[in-house]
Amino acid sequence: MKTTIVTMVMTLMVMVTFAQDKNKKMTFDVNGKCAMCKARIEKAALNVKGVKYASWDIASHQLSLIMDERKTDPMKIKSAIVAVGHDTKELKATEEAYESVHPCCRYREDNTDDSGHH
Amino acid sequence: MNKYIVVWVATLLPWLAFSQEKVEGMVVDSGASNEPGLPGANVYWMDSQIGVVTDIDGKFSIPYKKEYNKLIVSYVGYESDTLTVNAPKTLRLRLKASNTLDEVVVQQQRDDIQKAYFSPQNVVTVNSAELLKAACCNLAESFETNPAIDVNLSDGLTGTKQIQMLGLTSPYLLITQENIPMVRGASQAYGLTFTPGTWIESIQITKGAGSVVNGYESISGQINTELVKPLTDNALFVNGYGNENGRYELNTHFNKKLNEKWSTGLYIHGNKRTQKEDDNGDGFLDAPLADQINVMNRWQYQDPEKGWVSFFNVRFLNDGKQVGQVDFNPGTNKFTTHAWGSEINTRRFDTSLKLGYVFPELPFQSFGFQTAYSLHKQDSYFGFRTYDINHESIYTNLLFNSIIGDTRNKFKTGLSFAYDGYDELVNTADYSREDRSVGAFMEYSYENLEKVSLTAGLRVDNHNRLGTFVTPRFHIRYTPWGQGSLRGSFGRGKRAANIFAENQQLFASSRQINILNEGGEVYGLEPEDAWNYGVSFLQGFNFLNRKGDIALDYYITDFKNQVVVDWENPQEVSFYNLDGDSKAKSFQVEVNYELLTGLDFRTAYKYYDVSTDYKSGRLQKPLQAQHRLFANLGYKTKMKENGSQWKFDYTLHSMGEKRLPNTASNPVAYQLAAYSSPYNHMNAQITKVFSNAFEVYVGAENLSNVQQDNPVLGADDPFGPNFDTTIIYAPIMGRMFYGGFRVKI
Repeated sequence: MKTTIVTMVMTLMVMVTFAQDKNKKMTFDVNGKCAMCKARIEKAALNVKGVKYASWDIASHQLSLIMDERKTDPMKIKSAIVAVGHDTKELKATEEAYESVHPCCRYREDNTDDSGHH
Repeated sequence: MNKYIVVWVATLLPWLAFSQEKVEGMVVDSGASNEPGLPGANVYWMDSQIGVVTDIDGKFSIPYKKEYNKLIVSYVGYESDTLTVNAPKTLRLRLKASNTLDEVVVQQQRDDIQKAYFSPQNVVTVNSAELLKAACCNLAESFETNPAIDVNLSDGLTGTKQIQMLGLTSPYLLITQENIPMVRGASQAYGLTFTPGTWIESIQITKGAGSVVNGYESISGQINTELVKPLTDNALFVNGYGNENGRYELNTHFNKKLNEKWSTGLYIHGNKRTQKEDDNGDGFLDAPLADQINVMNRWQYQDPEKGWVSFFNVRFLNDGKQVGQVDFNPGTNKFTTHAWGSEINTRRFDTSLKLGYVFPELPFQSFGFQTAYSLHKQDSYFGFRTYDINHESIYTNLLFNSIIGDTRNKFKTGLSFAYDGYDELVNTADYSREDRSVGAFMEYSYENLEKVSLTAGLRVDNHNRLGTFVTPRFHIRYTPWGQGSLRGSFGRGKRAANIFAENQQLFASSRQINILNEGGEVYGLEPEDAWNYGVSFLQGFNFLNRKGDIALDYYITDFKNQVVVDWENPQEVSFYNLDGDSKAKSFQVEVNYELLTGLDFRTAYKYYDVSTDYKSGRLQKPLQAQHRLFANLGYKTKMKENGSQWKFDYTLHSMGEKRLPNTASNPVAYQLAAYSSPYNHMNAQITKVFSNAFEVYVGAENLSNVQQDNPVLGADDPFGPNFDTTIIYAPIMGRMFYGGFRVKI
């Protein structure tokens, strides 16, 4: 009996945790430094089906997202972002993708806030 | 045959080479007894661009490459785990629950949705710094330093400035205050002078077809004024102004933040001119004796947590003007032939409520509701003519904003309702009427942050006089290369012309008023209906390391019907429906460039071809300069720490010749040339900012002292048949100096 209840509660907890949210909000770190990076990062995120809203803050490097969890997941979005050359905490861009960004966006060399210069 | 095999193998080879070796497995919760799978966990290779999320059962499959050997598994609420994996295999990964929350943070972020620099519409924003370049005095006079708008005098008596865009006068513009239609109907002639300059926070000027959200009336453009807000305006602001012709203005603002959510502001404006000025010696006042009290109270409510924003405004205005002969005394000379005079008294009450709700979890979705009521009463007489108009107006608009898919595809949709009741008495003729309209609109906008953005709007309205009609408006922007922006637009506008309110200058003349059509819905005339088409190109550049931009635009307004105002017979003014063509074409080129640090230069050339088929044939619009040149030089010294600074500003308006209405049938003494002579009009201003709290300014208008020598035709016999104050083509006032101060706390 006890086991059944525990199992039920556990199952329920998992269900609750995974009730898929149509408008899931999340933020995570993305490396970059300027307004060009911002446009590139937001565009990459929005190009992932299911991402409704993407806003990257230059100063804090935070990418705020609203996404439909039934259609996408954070890893897919991160893969799309590293594919255009921007590192995230988990996934890193290839040298090739990183080299493709505009020279002024080379955040790995000099990670200062360049928002005033563009 | 061999060939085929080679091709086949060659095609297959890359597939084989990349046929992925995989690491597969399941992420489970090690804390639970039966180790259930964890769906939604992150599984990724360290320092790679490869990551996956586990499925509903906690299973995953991730490509394997030799370069990677550290597999990281992370999941919110569990401790992350790193495993060394040197070959493709199947794994069971157990995660331990932790108490630290990682990664998912819900954050409030409200800005960044609007990216004005990608706007598909040709919008110019005039901010408060720009407005200070011409210190005096109200909305009508705020466009002197901006080439998008032309400012003319409407008549020879009141000194009222009339604005034009794309060669068309203000009735063809939609003039809104915080997106509520404001200068329309009875307030068309003087409405712009009823918004004091210090109340203005910024002005947005949209050339050509505007948005469908605020109605169907705009034809050549939209002007929106944002007023200062109680929350952000100075706690106390005092501005005093005086000029040598005896005009005095006083503006005071009091703003108070009552608590976290509520703020309120009280704004009081007064202006007065008691000094009689007749510089040109024609016996008529060059500027009216005037008296205005204008009081507004605003309430602002803001609750960012719950997403509510609201504004509530109340305003009361009392404006009196006396014009005419210098020795006219209203008490004894009204309606007599002792002296010609006129009084225009306006009282106006406005109130409006705006409610905005942004869904706290969805910053791209919002509701807006706005409603406004106004009552405008003008009692006036011009010699023996009387003109009284009461205009009661109600406007309501409900708006919903959201997205389709993602924020690159946005839409606005809503409903609007408008009521206008006019009690209008011209001498003894009663032109009272009531107008009602209800409409629905939808506007879609696409913005991919890169090459192309567009706005497509459509509204359908039902109006008791204009019928049921559709108003489409479309804007597109394309970026062909860096700092370049190519725009195109088209759209329709439709409106009922208020012929007397819009052409009030006709009363101060002996012209006979004729309305030539009958049976139409408005004064016997048909509604005005026009299409506007435009293209523009903006290019930013760097020259000698300094920034500049060049903008070119070309617009055509094509009238399907227009209420033609025909001044071509000096004894008459006639109103009739357009029979034939009426087109306003305008071309403008504008260059902005920073010449030296702090020294900005702006210049523009404008060409207008505004022609209409009158009864007497196709003619250019009268009193319109076909060629205009504009230049503005502004210099600011470097601001010191306490905010102290010098600012210098100089503006030149160079007007080409203007066609004058036909006066050939007048006696020789009252005949005018076919064209006026060109002239240059210059203004300059110096501002000394002592600190953030105090500044003074002095300036001069009409530095070159050009004056029209005969602003009042037939001034010697104002009750005779040739009296006319409507033909104004140059300034009436000569050089004039002014000064003022601003205190901000």
